[in-house]
Amino acid sequence: MIGDWLDIGWLDQIPVRGSRTVTVSGGEQVAVFRTADNRVFALANRCPHKGGPLSQGIVHGHSVACPLHNWRIALATGEAQGEDKGCAPTIPVKVDAGRVLLCRTSTLKAAA
Amino acid sequence: MDFLVSTSDPDSTPDAPSGPEPDLPHLVVIGNGMAGCRAVEELIARDAGRYRVTIFGAEPRVNYNRIMLSPVLAGEKTFDDIVINDAAWYADNGIELVAGDPVAAIDRAAKIVTSRSGRSVRYDKLLIATGSDPFIIPVPGKDLSGVISFRDMDDVDHMLAAADRGGSAVVIGGGLLGLEAAHGLSLRGMKVTVLHLMPILMERQLDEAAAWLLKSALEARGQTVLTGADTAEILGDGKVEAVRLKDGREIPADLVVMAVGIRPSVALARDAGLAVGRGIQVDDHMVTSDPDVLAVGECVEHDGQVYGLVAPLWDMCRALADGLVERPSGYRASVTSTKLKVAGLDVFSAGDFAGGEGCEDIVLRDASRGVYKRVVLKEDRIVGAVLYGDTADGSWYFDLMRRGEDISATRDLLIFGQAFASGGGQADPKAAVAALSDGAEICGCNGVSKGQVVSCIAKGAHSLDAVRSGCKASASCGSCTRLVETLLALTLGDEVEAGPKTMCNCTSFGHDDVRREIVAQGMRSIPEVMHRLHWSTPDGCSSCRPALNYYLLCAWPGEYQDDQQSRFVNERLHANIQKDGTYSVVPRMWGGITTPRELRAIADVVEKYDAPMVKVTGGQRLDIFGIRKEDLPAVWADLNAAGMVSGHAYGKALRTVKTCVGSEWCRFGTQDSTGLGVKLERGFWGSWMPHKFKMAVSGCPRNCAEATIKDFGVVCVDSGYELHVGGNGGIHVRATDLLTKVASEEEAIHFGAAFVQLYREEARYLERTAPWIERVGLQHIKDRVVEDAAGRDALAARFWYSQQFSQDDPWAERVSGAAREQHAHMAHFQPLALEVAQ
Repeated sequence: MIGDWLDIGWLDQIPVRGSRTVTVSGGEQVAVFRTADNRVFALANRCPHKGGPLSQGIVHGHSVACPLHNWRIALATGEAQGEDKGCAPTIPVKVDAGRVLLCRTSTLKAAA
Repeated sequence: MDFLVSTSDPDSTPDAPSGPEPDLPHLVVIGNGMAGCRAVEELIARDAGRYRVTIFGAEPRVNYNRIMLSPVLAGEKTFDDIVINDAAWYADNGIELVAGDPVAAIDRAAKIVTSRSGRSVRYDKLLIATGSDPFIIPVPGKDLSGVISFRDMDDVDHMLAAADRGGSAVVIGGGLLGLEAAHGLSLRGMKVTVLHLMPILMERQLDEAAAWLLKSALEARGQTVLTGADTAEILGDGKVEAVRLKDGREIPADLVVMAVGIRPSVALARDAGLAVGRGIQVDDHMVTSDPDVLAVGECVEHDGQVYGLVAPLWDMCRALADGLVERPSGYRASVTSTKLKVAGLDVFSAGDFAGGEGCEDIVLRDASRGVYKRVVLKEDRIVGAVLYGDTADGSWYFDLMRRGEDISATRDLLIFGQAFASGGGQADPKAAVAALSDGAEICGCNGVSKGQVVSCIAKGAHSLDAVRSGCKASASCGSCTRLVETLLALTLGDEVEAGPKTMCNCTSFGHDDVRREIVAQGMRSIPEVMHRLHWSTPDGCSSCRPALNYYLLCAWPGEYQDDQQSRFVNERLHANIQKDGTYSVVPRMWGGITTPRELRAIADVVEKYDAPMVKVTGGQRLDIFGIRKEDLPAVWADLNAAGMVSGHAYGKALRTVKTCVGSEWCRFGTQDSTGLGVKLERGFWGSWMPHKFKMAVSGCPRNCAEATIKDFGVVCVDSGYELHVGGNGGIHVRATDLLTKVASEEEAIHFGAAFVQLYREEARYLERTAPWIERVGLQHIKDRVVEDAAGRDALAARFWYSQQFSQDDPWAERVSGAAREQHAHMAHFQPLALEVAQ
C-alpha cells in the first residue's frame, strides 16, 4: 500500500530562498520552493504568463518572480500578483521529520 | 549629528559686531526648537535682510523635529532624518547659533541677555521660544538614577542605552507621549508597563470606546497597561528598582519614564518681570508685556489658552513674523485637531467630543477591522469627532467642523466618510481631496494647509521633493505623502515630475543613498543592509536583492560572499534562459578570434547535445541554443577541455570586445586593434558591473568594429588611440562621447580600467553607461578619469584589485561539482511503476 504522499528528499536539499524541481514521466515538472522563514510550497513549474520555469525565479517573502518576465506569483496560491492575472496550479506539500512530501494525486495527476 | 557652535569668548563685550551687517537691528531668539526656528524661517521668508539673528539653544545640536523623537526611539528614523534646519541653513541665512549654552537671564532695562556660560548679547528685539518642560510628579524617588522624562534627544539616548541593557520599564503617563515612549521601548525589547492615573488612556483626545480599543491593541502587543494607577513612590537604592502604587502594588523597573504632561517653560520670563499666567502672556501679535519682547510656541498663553500641539504654533509664527515686518495680521485662537499614530495605530480627534446638552452622536463600529468612528453633531453641525483605526476622513470632518457647515443633507452618509457622503457612493480619493477647502490641513507635522501646498505647486514645485523643500508638506513623517501626491496630480495633471526614485517598494531610499550607506556604515551583507536601512519587507524583492548583491560585491571585493539566491537566473546558471526554459551557451572568444580546435569543440557540442541552433552573435561570438540545465555542466566541460571559458553573455559584466583586423591585415589599419582587443578582454573579463558592458576596438576611423556605439570603444588613429564612452546600440541608439585621446596601448587600458571602475562605483544597478553619462554629465567623467591623474590611478588600482577575485571561470567551477544541485532535479517519478506497485 502506497501512502498519499511522495517523499522527494530532505528539506536541506532545497536552498533557502530557492527552489528545486521534481519531474514526472509524461507529466508536468513541479517546482518546490523553500522561503526565508523555512516554509515549503510547491507549484507546477510553469508561469501562467508564458510558461517560464518558476523554479528559476528569485524567491522573496512568499512569492517568486518568474525569470522570463518578472511576473510575481504567490507561492501559497499560485496566483499572479498585482496587475497580472493568471494562476499556476498548486501542489499540497508538507515537511515531516525533515523530509519533504508532495501530495501524490496532485503530483501525478497530469501524467495519469 | 550632534552639533556645537559656541565659539566666541564668553567674556567678550556685549554686542561685539560679529555678523556681516552689524548695523541691522539684532533679533535674539531664546530657544532653538521648532517654534523659535519656525518663527525665524517665517521672518526670513518675508524679509531676509531686516534683522541680524542670533539663536540660543539649550541643546548642543541643530533644530530638529521634536514630534519625531518617537520614531527615533522606535528605530524607524535616525537623528539625521529628523533634523529640520541643518548647519547649512544657519550659515546660509547668516544666523549665529549658540547651541548648548542656554540663556540664563534677561536684563530688559539694558536689553541684554546673558547665557549660562556668561556670554552677553544685546538685543533690539527678543523672542522667547523656550517651549515647555516635562512635569515631574513630586513623589519620593523621582531623582533616582534611571528616572527620566521624554522631551529631547538626550532622553532618547538614555532610553536607547537602557533598552540595550534590557529588563523592565515603567512609563508613568498614558497620554500620547507616554504611549509613544512605551511603544518604542517595547519594540526595543523591554518589558513595558504603562501607568495612567485616569480611567482611560489619552482622555483628552479619546472617548472611552476608542481608548478601550487602543488599550486592547497595546496589550495584544505585549505591554501591560494599568489605568487608575496612582504612583506613590519610586523605589531604589541610588538607582531605580521598582514603582509602588498607592494601592500597594509594586512593579519592578530598571527604567522609569515620566510622561505625565508638560508645563510652559516660563521661569526666565517670570524672572525678567514679564507678565506670566499659565504661560507667558502675549497679545494677538505675540508681543509680551514688554513691546520689545515677543514670545511664541508652547511657552505662551494667548487669550487664556496654552497649547501643547504643533498646529497652533505655526499660526503663531505666521502672526509673529507678520508683526516683525510691520504687516500685522494677528493670531486667532486655534481650533485643534489631533491626528496621530500611537504605537503604529491611527487615532484622530477634534473639537468637543464630550457630548452633552443638544449633542447627537453618529457612531460606526467595525470590530473585525478594529475601526471606531464617532462624529458629534450639534444643530446639524459637526462639533467633534473621534476616529480610531481608520483616520482617512479626519481632515474632512475637521474641515466641515471649522467651517461650521450644515451637514443635514449628507447626514445619513456622513459617518461613511467623504467619498460616500459627497460622491454618491463612489470612492474616489482624488475627488475627496479636490473637495477639501483651501484651509484644510494637509500636513499636521508642519502645519501646511491645502491652499499653501497648491500655491507652492503653482510657484513651480512640480515634484514631491520640490513640495517638501518648498513648503515642508510631507517632509517630516510622510503620512500625508499620498495627499500631497494627489494635490500634485490635481494641480498639474501629467506635468508632475517624479522625484529621485526609491530602489523599489521595499525601501524609501534611492540607489545612491543605499550605496553611500553601505560604504559609510560598513555594511557587509544583504540582511544587514535590510535591517539597518529598515526594509519594509522581510527579504526584499527581485528588484532590490540583485542590486544589493552587486553593491556589496563592488564595495567589498574579495570579502563579500556572493548570494546566489539574489542573482537573476542567468547569472546563477551562467547561461541565458530562453523562452522555452532551455539555455544558450556562449564561450568566450578573445577579441573575436578563434581557432580550429575551438570551432571543432563547439561543433562537437552542438551535435552531442543536439542543439537545435548555433548562431553568430553581434559581438562576434558563437551562441549554442537549446541546452537543458541538466546538460550545462557537461557542455561546459567539453568547452573547457578545448581551452574555452565562460563568455559571460548572460551577465551584468563585460560581454565582448569586438575588433576589426587592424594593422596586421587591413590596408587601412593604423594600429593592432585585434591585439589591443584581446588584451582588454583578458584584463576585463569576469568583472561584475551595474549592467552589461560592451567594448570594441577599431583599427582606423572607418570604425568597422562599431566602437562608437559601445560602452567603451577605442578608435585607433595614426597618432594613437581615441577613447570613446557611453555608446549604445539598443532601443535608444546613442553614439559615444569622446573621452580623450592617448598615445599608447598601456594608457588606453589604464584609462579604460579607471572608467570601468568609476562606472562600477557610481552607476545605479541596471543603468547602462549611456544613461549614466547623460545623468551625471560627460564633464564629470572627464574630471575623474582624464583631468585627475591621481584619481585615475586610484580608480584603476581599485579595479585591478577587484579583478584578482573575479577571474575564476564559473564554468570550470561548476564542472568540478560546485552548485551541482542547481543543475539536477530533486526527484523523478514514474507514475506507471507506482501504479504497478499498487
